[in-house]
Amino acid sequence: MALSDVELTETGLDASHKGRVLLLACGALAHEVLAVIRANGWTHLDLQCLPAKLHLYPDKITEAVKETVAQRRDDYDAIHVLYADCGTGGQLQVACDALGVQMIAGPHCYSFFEGNDAFAAHPDEFTAFYLTDFLVRQFDAFVWKPMGFDRHPELIPMMFGNYEKLVYQAQTNDPALDAKAQDCAARLGLAFERRFTGYGDLAPFIAQAAG
Amino acid sequence: MADDDEIILSELSDDELVLQMHDDLYDGLKEEIEEGVEILLERGWTPYDVLTKALVAGMTIVGADFRDGILFVPEVLLAANAMKAGMAILKPLLAETGAPRMGKMVIGTVKGDIHDIGKNLVAMMMEGAGFEVLDLGINNSVEKYLEALETEKPDILGMSALLTTTMPYMKVVIDTMKEKGLREDYIVLVGGAPLNEEFSKAIGADAYCRDAAVAVETAKSWVARKHNQMNG
Repeated sequence: MALSDVELTETGLDASHKGRVLLLACGALAHEVLAVIRANGWTHLDLQCLPAKLHLYPDKITEAVKETVAQRRDDYDAIHVLYADCGTGGQLQVACDALGVQMIAGPHCYSFFEGNDAFAAHPDEFTAFYLTDFLVRQFDAFVWKPMGFDRHPELIPMMFGNYEKLVYQAQTNDPALDAKAQDCAARLGLAFERRFTGYGDLAPFIAQAAG
Repeated sequence: MADDDEIILSELSDDELVLQMHDDLYDGLKEEIEEGVEILLERGWTPYDVLTKALVAGMTIVGADFRDGILFVPEVLLAANAMKAGMAILKPLLAETGAPRMGKMVIGTVKGDIHDIGKNLVAMMMEGAGFEVLDLGINNSVEKYLEALETEKPDILGMSALLTTTMPYMKVVIDTMKEKGLREDYIVLVGGAPLNEEFSKAIGADAYCRDAAVAVETAKSWVARKHNQMNG
């Protein structure tokens, strides 16, 4: 069954309860995580996703992860958390350490998709606004509507006036997504750059979880 | 065709007009706010009263509802836009007529951080509360902050960051102030979505301000304390 981006954004994804190891991820990573699992035939890995829209309220992420780990930990041999710091200010790392679960390294998914070392190598890129495959597909739900741009386009310069370019971090090669990403940049009045990242540090983290 | 329910601002009493302006600010109605400001001025209100009773009081309601999760960033920005339009009319008049001066603040987002919505709201509300504000804008290095402190001699340094990756830079600024023996000369206030009280204490700031209204109240109380110390 195809994954619905709207459901991944709003409600997340339930675990299938078929594996021994649970990957607890952000809904925005579901397609990529499943692609890595499928490509490697790791049938002992199960995936549960929290709603991607939690990113609109980063202060809620830590509590949601803690609750889910507590609910699921008796059902699996191990749980691995596929959230980076994601604006929690180190709180998620503290929680994961206390829970004894591993968490993917990095400040956010833009960093680990590109590779944390590669991303850290261009600290001068702070006027870039990043989109991943998922965020390009969900641009309206994640950016355009929550920021009120559909109703008040005059807010765009207030919120994006200091940005210079939109960097589309492509996990896959898809001309339709390229075109959509380019359109997102145009709508925000930003220059456009496509940067192919593949799955970056995500794939080795999942491989480590697979054991 | 005119709407039967359309409110004619000029026909409202002063009290009704002020309440209507609070509503209009809440709804981000820039032109209505400009009209309301002009009407109150024509009726002989002082610019300072228009600012505090109509604009700042209205924006305080917006701020409280944002804090309580009733309003979100787009609505707050629209309200801020409307208030800014009203303040643009009042500012030159305030300079002419005089208004209580609470103190002076230098404010800016830290190096590597371009997110200035919160900083702009704080600057606007501080101005509304009678502070003179020098806004350094975005992406400020420690050198730029120190230069502004030296040339402007403010009471308060305000630093803002939205990113967990940039907020540690506030400590760099404060540590440099300590090294140069400047730290005790200024009140240092910090703010931004990922910050908290604990972080503020850890980096050696005087206070964390969770929103613009809190920033104003905190600034007032610290400036009063500083003046008391100087006079004591």
